[in-house]
Amino acid sequence: MMTRTIFSGFGGQGVLSMGFTLANAAMLEGKYVTYLPSYGVEVRGGTANCTVVVSDEEIASPVASEPEFVVAMNQPSFNRFQNILSAGGLICVNASLVNTDVARSDIEVLSIPTTELAERLGTTKVANMIMLGALIKASGIISFDDMIKNLGELLGEGKAKLIKLNKEALEVGFNYVKE
Amino acid sequence: MTKVYTRPGTIKEAHFHYCPGCGHGIINRLLMEVIEEMGLREKAICVAPAGCGMLVYNYFDIDTLESAHGRGAAVATGIKRVRPDNLVFSYQGDGDLAAIGTAEGFHAANRGESITVIFVNNGVYGMTGGQMAPTTLTDQVTTTTPDGRNPIIAGYPVRICEVFSMLDGTTYLERVTVNKPAAVAKTKKAIKKAFQCQLDGKGFSLVEILSPCPTNWKMGPIESCRWIDDVMTKQFPLGVVKDIK
Amino acid sequence: MRCHVSRSGYRGDENLKKLMSGNAALGEAAVLSGCSCYFGYPITPQNELTEYMAKRMNELGRVFIQSESEIAAINMVLGASVAGARAMTSSSSPGMSLKQEGISYLAADELPAVIVDMVRGGPGMGNISPAQSDYLQATRGGGHGDYKTIVLAPGSVQELTKVVPLAFDLADRYRNPVVILGDGMLGQMMEPVDFDNVQPPKEYPKDYILTGAKGRPSRMIRSLLFDTKEEEEHNWKLVRKYQRMEQNEVRYETFLTDDAEMIVIAYGIGARIAKGAIKRLRQENLKVGMVRPITAWPFPAAVLQEFARTVHEFFVFEMSAGQLIEDVKLALNGRGHIHFYGRPGGIIPTPVELYRIIGRHYYMASRREQS
Repeated sequence: MMTRTIFSGFGGQGVLSMGFTLANAAMLEGKYVTYLPSYGVEVRGGTANCTVVVSDEEIASPVASEPEFVVAMNQPSFNRFQNILSAGGLICVNASLVNTDVARSDIEVLSIPTTELAERLGTTKVANMIMLGALIKASGIISFDDMIKNLGELLGEGKAKLIKLNKEALEVGFNYVKE
Repeated sequence: MTKVYTRPGTIKEAHFHYCPGCGHGIINRLLMEVIEEMGLREKAICVAPAGCGMLVYNYFDIDTLESAHGRGAAVATGIKRVRPDNLVFSYQGDGDLAAIGTAEGFHAANRGESITVIFVNNGVYGMTGGQMAPTTLTDQVTTTTPDGRNPIIAGYPVRICEVFSMLDGTTYLERVTVNKPAAVAKTKKAIKKAFQCQLDGKGFSLVEILSPCPTNWKMGPIESCRWIDDVMTKQFPLGVVKDIK
Repeated sequence: MRCHVSRSGYRGDENLKKLMSGNAALGEAAVLSGCSCYFGYPITPQNELTEYMAKRMNELGRVFIQSESEIAAINMVLGASVAGARAMTSSSSPGMSLKQEGISYLAADELPAVIVDMVRGGPGMGNISPAQSDYLQATRGGGHGDYKTIVLAPGSVQELTKVVPLAFDLADRYRNPVVILGDGMLGQMMEPVDFDNVQPPKEYPKDYILTGAKGRPSRMIRSLLFDTKEEEEHNWKLVRKYQRMEQNEVRYETFLTDDAEMIVIAYGIGARIAKGAIKRLRQENLKVGMVRPITAWPFPAAVLQEFARTVHEFFVFEMSAGQLIEDVKLALNGRGHIHFYGRPGGIIPTPVELYRIIGRHYYMASRREQS
C-alpha cells in the first residue's frame, strides 16, 4: 500500500515538523518513505507545505499530484490543496482557522479545533501534534502505538522534556476522532 | 676578481621573454632574491597569472601554478588553507587583479587570507597588445582608447592599494616602483616585509609595483622610467598605504 | 526545528537509518570520504549541502569557505587540489555555468575534484524546481576545450552514499574532475539513509602536488602550452585517459530487461519515476524494461548496442527538452526506434503520466510490428 499526504499551513504552525515526524515514525516502522519540503520563495512568503509518501515498496516519486490525504492548517492551504486531493480523499482541517463551506463534494472533510484543544493543554504550540494524532487515527498510515513508543527517538535528544506534552497532544487528537 | 653580482639560485637558467625596458624582469629577480635570502625556496608556492607575468614559472625555481585569468587570489586561498605553513603568493597584473579578478582579490583581502599579492601595475594590457587597463591613466592613449582614456566613457584609473586599505582584513599595503636603483632597493624591502607579514600570520599583504612598459607606452625605456615619476605617481602616489603593527 | 537537515545530524555510530535530505546526506558522505576542503556559494536548491558542510567541517577542523562567487569557489577547489587536498564544491545550474571555467582548468591541469550540480529549471534564472537540463553541459565537458568529466547520476538519497566516495576515488585515480549530477528533488527530499558502507577511498601517490620544493626539484602546474605541438600532445594524452575511463568506468543498472520488448532509458530521479511507470505497465503484461545509466559519462553505449540486437523499441525519458536522447541516438546509431518523452522547465512528471505515455507508444509500436 502507498499513501501520499500533503501537510500545509502558515510558516510557524509546525507544518514541516508534522510531516517530518510522520515520515520519521514510518521509517522506524520499517516502511519506505520520502519527505519532500516545499522550498524557495513560498517558504519565505509565509506559507509552507511538505509531502510525505509512505509505502510498503520502493517509492517512485516523492511528489504527490493526487494525494490521498491533505492536512490544511489555514484557509489558503485548504483552498489550494483541496483541489488536488484525489476523489474520495480525506482533508483534515484546522477548524479554528478554516471555513470549509466551499469544500468539494467528492472528498471527506475532518475538522479538528486544534487551537482550542491545544489551549486546554496550556500551549497552542502543540496544535500540530494534535492534528497529527487525528490524521493517524483517520488514515491508519502508521501505527499510533508504535509512534508513541518511539516518541523519544522521534523528537530527538534536545526535546526529551517535551515528550510528555507531545504525547498528550497526539493522544488528544487521536481520541478526538471517533471510530 | 671579486664577483659582485650573481643570478640568485632560485632563478632558472633561462632567457626572460620580456621586452627591453620592461619592469617584470626586475620584479622577477627581486622576488627570487628575497626568497633566497629569506631561505624560503622550500616553502614558497607561487600562483602565476594570465598576462605578461604568466611565464614566471619558466624562471622561478620554486613550486608554481598557473591560474586562470584573475583567479589568483582564490587559488592562493585554496592552497594556503591546505598548507598554512607555506609561503603562498600570487603574481598578478592590473587587468588580472583590478578588472577580471577584482572579486577574488577583494574578498581574499577582506577575509584576511594570509597570502601575499605581488601586483604589477603598468597601466596597460601588455600581452594582448596594449589595450586599456583599469589602471590606465586619464587621457592615456591605448589601442582601445585611441583618443586617450575618457573617464566619461571609460571610467577612472583604479587605486587598488587605497581601495583595499579600507578592508579590515588587510595588514600591509605599499606602492613602490622599479624605475631607478633606489626605487628597486625599496621594492625589495617592501616584498621582504610583505612576506614577513605573511610568515608572522598577520593576514593579507600586497605590494603594488608601478612597472614600465615601453613597448605599449610607445616610449623609450628611459623615457618610460621618467614618465613613472612625472605622470604615473601623480595618480598612484608611492609609499606605505597601510601597515598594521 | 530545522526540518530539511536531520535534527541531530548523522551520529554515525549505529546501524539505524536516519531520515536525511539528499543535500545533507551528500555532505555527510563527503565528510566520511575524507573530503578535507569544501568551498561553496549559496544557491537554491543545494543550500542545505553548503550549510551542512559549514557545520561539519568546522566541527572536524577541516576547511570550509563560503566564497564570494561560484567562480571563486571552483578556483579555491583548484588551489586546494593543487596542494593535495580532497576538495569539493557544489552548486545548481546557473552557478554551474560559472564554474565551467574552473572545471576546464582542472581538467587541463589534471587535478582531482568533486563538483556537485543539483540541477534546477533553466535556461537563465529559470526556477528552483528539479530538472535534468544540465545533462549536455555535464557530459560534454561544459567549459572550453577538448575535455571530459566523469558524471555520476544517483537516483536516491541512499545511492548518494555509494556515489560520493566513488566520485572522490575516480577523481584521484584519474586526476580528473568528477561531477555528481543530481537535481533539486534529490537534494531536497528526505529519505532513510545509512552510511555503513562509506569508507574513505584509498590514497593515490601524489607526486605532482605543490608543497614547496623541499628536497626535490621545483614543480609547475600549467595549462598554457604555446607550442601547438606540445598542446596537441597534451590533448592526445588526455584523450587516452578518457578512453581508459570509457573502458573501465561505465556503470549502469538494468531493470526487468530480460524479456523486454521496449527499453526505457532514464537516469537519476527520471529513472525512479520511470521505474514506477514500468511497474504499472508490467501489471498489464507490457514487456517494458529499463537501462539506467549511473555514469552519464562515460555513457553505457555498448550496453544499448547489445540490447539493440534483440530489442527494437527504445524509450527515452528525461526532465528536459531532449539531451539524454542525443547519447541514446549516438549509441544506437540508427538501429531501433527511439521514442521520447521529456518535460523541461522544472516540471516533475508523475509515474502515472509516464505509464500512460509509454503504454500508448508500446501499443503503437506493436501495431507497427504487426503490419
